[in-house]
Formats: sequence, structure tokens, C-alpha cells
Amino acid sequence: MPQVKVVITLKPTLLDAQGRVVQDALHSLGYANVEQVRIGKYMELELSPNDNGDIETEVKEMCDRLLANPVIENYRFEVVK
Amino acid sequence: MSATIANANQTPARTGGRKPKFAVVRFPGSNCDQDAYFVVKDVLGCPVEYIWHQDTSLKGIDIVILPGGFSYGDYLRTGAVARFSPIMEAVRAHAERGGFVLGICNGFQVLCEAHLLPGALVRNTSCQFRCKMTHLRVENNETPFTRAYAPGQVLRIPIAHGEGRYVCDDETLRALEEGRRILFRYVDAKGTPTPESNPNGSVANIAGIANAHFNVLGMMPHPERASETILDSADGRGVFESLVQAAQMAMK
Repeated sequence: MPQVKVVITLKPTLLDAQGRVVQDALHSLGYANVEQVRIGKYMELELSPNDNGDIETEVKEMCDRLLANPVIENYRFEVVK
Repeated sequence: MSATIANANQTPARTGGRKPKFAVVRFPGSNCDQDAYFVVKDVLGCPVEYIWHQDTSLKGIDIVILPGGFSYGDYLRTGAVARFSPIMEAVRAHAERGGFVLGICNGFQVLCEAHLLPGALVRNTSCQFRCKMTHLRVENNETPFTRAYAPGQVLRIPIAHGEGRYVCDDETLRALEEGRRILFRYVDAKGTPTPESNPNGSVANIAGIANAHFNVLGMMPHPERASETILDSADGRGVFESLVQAAQMAMK
């Protein structure tokens, strides 16, 4: 069964407010060497095994249409057969 | 019944003619729908009906309101799933025909996800949910949403959101500025945009923007929560009154 692993991240130019809070928390725990934290999303999609279509093209479309917002996010994915 | 009495029974309409008909779209998780409905029906005296997100027709209404709330639990991103509700195709067609669309708070987020407005709304810089009164300055009062206001008028309208930081690329910001499509900015009580008066970190203190044709408005503050003096401020009523005037002009 093909599995797709999708990682979505905020564009580097955008301030990651959540990431900054986590970075501050790590600093307060003593990890002074943490220079930046960026929080993203990770998704696993299970596709039906008899899918003979072009998985790469289809997943890219899913990312562009719904899974990511291209205005604020980047995405990457890998297909594990 | 004499003509005088008949007239007395009518709520005076500003520009005469038929009153525009409003729709308030309800998504699962909408929670400001009743407030918007109340303002239209009881404060403005205009016809209004709820439209369920699974419906596919706006049934000939003039003005669509996408209300605040947490449509689909804000899963994935705010507005990301609501954008694909069946009713949104009708909303898009309505907007493309020049029909008026007002998105408030979550409604603004839905309009951005649907690409009916540019940019996006992300988590407040403070990471806090901000629920408070804000001051807004009317940046352009020559629009269907702001014609009832004076140029530069400072309004008191509350916000209630965790993800209201408006972001867009430089090119979009320039287009918004040059096209006078920023209708409201967060300001201090004196009417000056300052970092302190920006409750969410929005670029250029943006609180509300219109599309290029000025028939779609998205705003994070809640005018429906500030439409009667008993609720501390009636400054938000102007948005709805402007729309009624504009819709009546469009009918002529």
C-alpha cells in the first residue's frame, strides 16, 4: 500500500510565533544553543494499492489545493511504496 | 388606512426602494451567525435568512455574510476546509457577478483560503487569543462597505481571534495600498497606527481589506458585536448600513 509522507512548513520569511515560544521555553530549560525553532505539520496518507495513477502529480495537487496554503507555506513529500 | 399611517409603519429606508436581502452562511462551528442575523433583522430591519453550508444556492439574496466562528474546528488551517463547502461555489459565483460579500473574522479567513481575497491570516504574533475592544481607522470611505463613515473616522469595534495576523507578499501589499483596498487599520485612540495598537502583528496594521472590485470585504474585527449603544459601541453598524445603501443603489 503506497504511503505518502507530507511535511508542511511556514515560509522562511514568515515569523513563526509558535516556534518562537518553544525556542524561549528551550532556552529557559538551559538549551542556550537553540538559535531557531520552526514548527510545521507532518501528515501520512495511505493510498489504495490499486492506484495506477501518477501518485506524485496527484499528491502535488492535493498539497496545492488543500494540504498546504502556498501563500504562507512550503511543502515536500515522499512516496513510500 | 391613511397614507400617513402606512408610511409611519415603514422603517424609513435611506435611499428608498426594496430592502436588500441578506444571507448568513452557517458552517459547522460558526458561532457569530446569530449576532449577524440579529443585527440585520432587528437593528437594520432588513430581510435575512440562514443558509446551511451544504446548500448550493443563495436563493437570490443581495448580500452574503460569512460569520465568525471556528468552521470545521479550524482543522488544518482556519477556513481551509470551509472553503470547499458546497455553498462556497455559489458565494464565488455571487462575488464574480459583483454581488456583495462580507467576511467577518473566520469569514475573512475563509475568503482568503478561497482566494476571493489575497494573503492569509496566521497566528497572532503574541500567540494569545485576543478578545478586546480595538480602535480602527476608516482608510477609504468611498466603498460599498464604508460609505456611511467619514474619511479617517476612528471606530471602536472589538476583536476576538487567535489567528488574525494578516500577511501577504510585498507586491500584494503594494497593490492593496495603491488601490486603496485597505479599508480599516488598527490605530490608537487618537487614530494613529502604532505597533502597540496592532493586536495581532498584521502587516501595516491591516484590519480589513477589499477585493479589487470592492464588492468583497474581509475584516477581523466584529462590527456585528458593536451595532448598538447598549453593547458599548454602535460604530460597527456603519458597515451594514453602508451595504444596505450600496445594494439599494445597485438595484436602481
